[in-house]
Amino acid sequence: MKFSDFVASGAIRSHVDSSTKEGVIREMATALVEAGRIPASDLESIVKAILKREDLGTTGIGRGVAVPHTKHPSVDRLVGTVAVSQEGIDFDSLDGDPVHLFFLLVSPPDQPGQHLRALENISRQLRDDAFCRELKAAKAPADIQHLLEAADNHGMVS
Amino acid sequence: MQQAFSRDVVVGLKQGLHARPADMLAREARKWQARIELVSKSQRVDGKSILEVLTLAAEEGTRLVVEVTGPDAAEALAAIVRLFDSNFHENDETAVDTAGRTTTP
Repeated sequence: MKFSDFVASGAIRSHVDSSTKEGVIREMATALVEAGRIPASDLESIVKAILKREDLGTTGIGRGVAVPHTKHPSVDRLVGTVAVSQEGIDFDSLDGDPVHLFFLLVSPPDQPGQHLRALENISRQLRDDAFCRELKAAKAPADIQHLLEAADNHGMVS
Repeated sequence: MQQAFSRDVVVGLKQGLHARPADMLAREARKWQARIELVSKSQRVDGKSILEVLTLAAEEGTRLVVEVTGPDAAEALAAIVRLFDSNFHENDETAVDTAGRTTTP
């Protein structure tokens, strides 16, 4: 699976305003609503579900990266978005470091394979230090879009 | 003394080896000195790294080999196999991921 298969380009954010876990999750889910990828009426329910999932164990998987996610019946295919926090946000990460890169995923309840392959793609690409560094340095959503496309096309796979 | 053991396991999780079980696995693996690797048809990954474990994208029914090498290999292998056998306590999660809605599988 490629980034372009699930990342909603209109929902990418290069400078999140929030400084808290809940704030950034809400901001990213709202961006998906604004991009027309999830219904506004399901926003609260989706945010709540993602936060509940975080309560089970952080999705801050280390290296300054978090993958907040949930399954939700409001989508019939996997949708996701990417956000960057320049300051970094405390996400109770596995390695204790603040999180700068966020990949938020909402997947249909009955298609675990899509979710797994998105996680696979994200983790595979993020093993590349240069890719992480360049994402963090992005100045605009278009920069992030470009980096994701480059990763898709050139397979910056370690 | 270096010891090497391996065992076949099958992913029994309906959702596959997703973020939470991958985290549990990597946390357990890091408790041991032994090198712990998971081997699928196409790749071999470090069991102590959640990022590496996630790159397996192991769906329900995937067969993996757990290979463990090191002074505490036997105990480490038993601990890892126990996680697979217990299905990573997956049952706790269903209600949460459906956002409070009832969905039938």
